[in-house]
Amino acid sequence: MPMSAAEIESMITAALPGAVVEMTDLAGDNDHWAARVTAPQFAGKNRVQQHKMVYEALGGRMGGVLHALQLTTAIPTSD
Amino acid sequence: MSDAHSRISALVNDHDVVLFMKGTPLFPQCGFSSRAVAILDHCGVAYEGVDVLQDMEIRQGIKAYSDWPTIPQLYVKGEFIGGSDIMMEMFEAGELQQLLDEQQVARAEG
Repeated sequence: MPMSAAEIESMITAALPGAVVEMTDLAGDNDHWAARVTAPQFAGKNRVQQHKMVYEALGGRMGGVLHALQLTTAIPTSD
Repeated sequence: MSDAHSRISALVNDHDVVLFMKGTPLFPQCGFSSRAVAILDHCGVAYEGVDVLQDMEIRQGIKAYSDWPTIPQLYVKGEFIGGSDIMMEMFEAGELQQLLDEQQVARAEG
C-alpha cells in the first residue's frame, strides 16, 4: 500500500514539531511524492544530516514502502 | 569487517568519484539514478558507475555503509555526498561543481 500525503506529512511533523511540509504528487498516482520540508531543527545541520532526520521521522519506510520520495530540505528564514 | 564493507571501501577509495546506481551510466534503470548520471555528465567529470542491481551484496551493503536508505549514492574522494536530491540541490547552487573542482577530480575524456 502506498503512503498518502497526509500520512507522510504527519509522520514528519510528529518527529519534527514546527516543520512545514509541502507535498507534491509527481505522477498523479498518489505514490510518487516530492516533499519540501522546512524545519527549525535543520539549523546547523548539513544536507545529509537534514535528509537523515526526515528519513528517521519516516521510520525506515524510505527505500521500502516509500520508494519514490523526492526530498528537499530547508531552514525557515526569520521574518 | 564484512566482505561487502571492504569491497565498498575499496571502490570509494580507488576512484575519485563513484556513483552507486541502478543500471549503468549508459542505461540507468531508475529515474533517480538517471538524474544522478545526467548531473555528473553535465559536470564533465570521470566517474565509476556501480550497478547495484548486478550485485546484491553491494546493494544491501551500501545502505549500511553510508547509513542511507536509497540508491543512487554519490561518493567523492571516499566521502559520502548524498543521493540524487542532494546532488540536484548542490548542482543548482553551484556547490557540486565547486566541490569537484576543489577535490581536483579527473575530467571525463572526450
